Amino acid sequence: MMLSCKEATQLVSQGLDRRLGLGQRVALRLHLAICDGCSNFRKQVALLREAMKRLAG
Amino acid sequence: MTSHFRSQIEAERPYLLRYASLQLRDAHAAEDVVQETLLAALAGEAGFGGRSNLRTWLTGILKHKIVDAIRRLSRESARVPDEEALEALFDERGHWIDPPRAWDAPDGLLEQKQFLAALEDCLGRLPAKTAQVFMMREHLGYDTADICKEIGVTPTHCWVLLYRARVALRECLQTNWFSK
Repeated sequence: MMLSCKEATQLVSQGLDRRLGLGQRVALRLHLAICDGCSNFRKQVALLREAMKRLAG
Repeated sequence: MTSHFRSQIEAERPYLLRYASLQLRDAHAAEDVVQETLLAALAGEAGFGGRSNLRTWLTGILKHKIVDAIRRLSRESARVPDEEALEALFDERGHWIDPPRAWDAPDGLLEQKQFLAALEDCLGRLPAKTAQVFMMREHLGYDTADICKEIGVTPTHCWVLLYRARVALRECLQTNWFSK
């Protein structure tokens, strides 16, 4: 089943907070392989995580 | 000795206040937790013993006070639905209306004070509860299960709030930093 971008970004986000199921990981990887917007989203929330560690001490 | 210690601690007040304000987004609550922290530090001077950096030690105490305050505030504050803003990013089939473009993020970006200031500014625009959950997760490093317990929401709701925070911050940085 193809994920929509909305679903894919939700999984990208959840993947930072919990371990995704196998089916979810596969579906997400397939989606990211063909979707630049969601791939950029994934890189950008990862950058956000790094940036948050550097705030105020 | 004690008065020296007191003045050393007092010198950290502005730093602690900034730290607390950023996380609580409530000036009164921030002043309260900093005051509690400084009192606890004075009462526990022996517990410091110069083992670690004073600021690190104080920040450790402050984090506990902040979590207590967040717990209190989350009981008091009503939930702010921000689902609408999120819906506007995707069409009815769930596709991006304006897909994120690649960011020009040079090496050393995360060390740039101006960039971190822009991020803080974006954090300040999140609904209070969303910001609190996000700060607990990404800055204090709590895992989602602990955040749920502290805030009293289900894991699913926690993930929704974290998702909204990330989407909103990404949008905000896109507009206020990367498009400039």
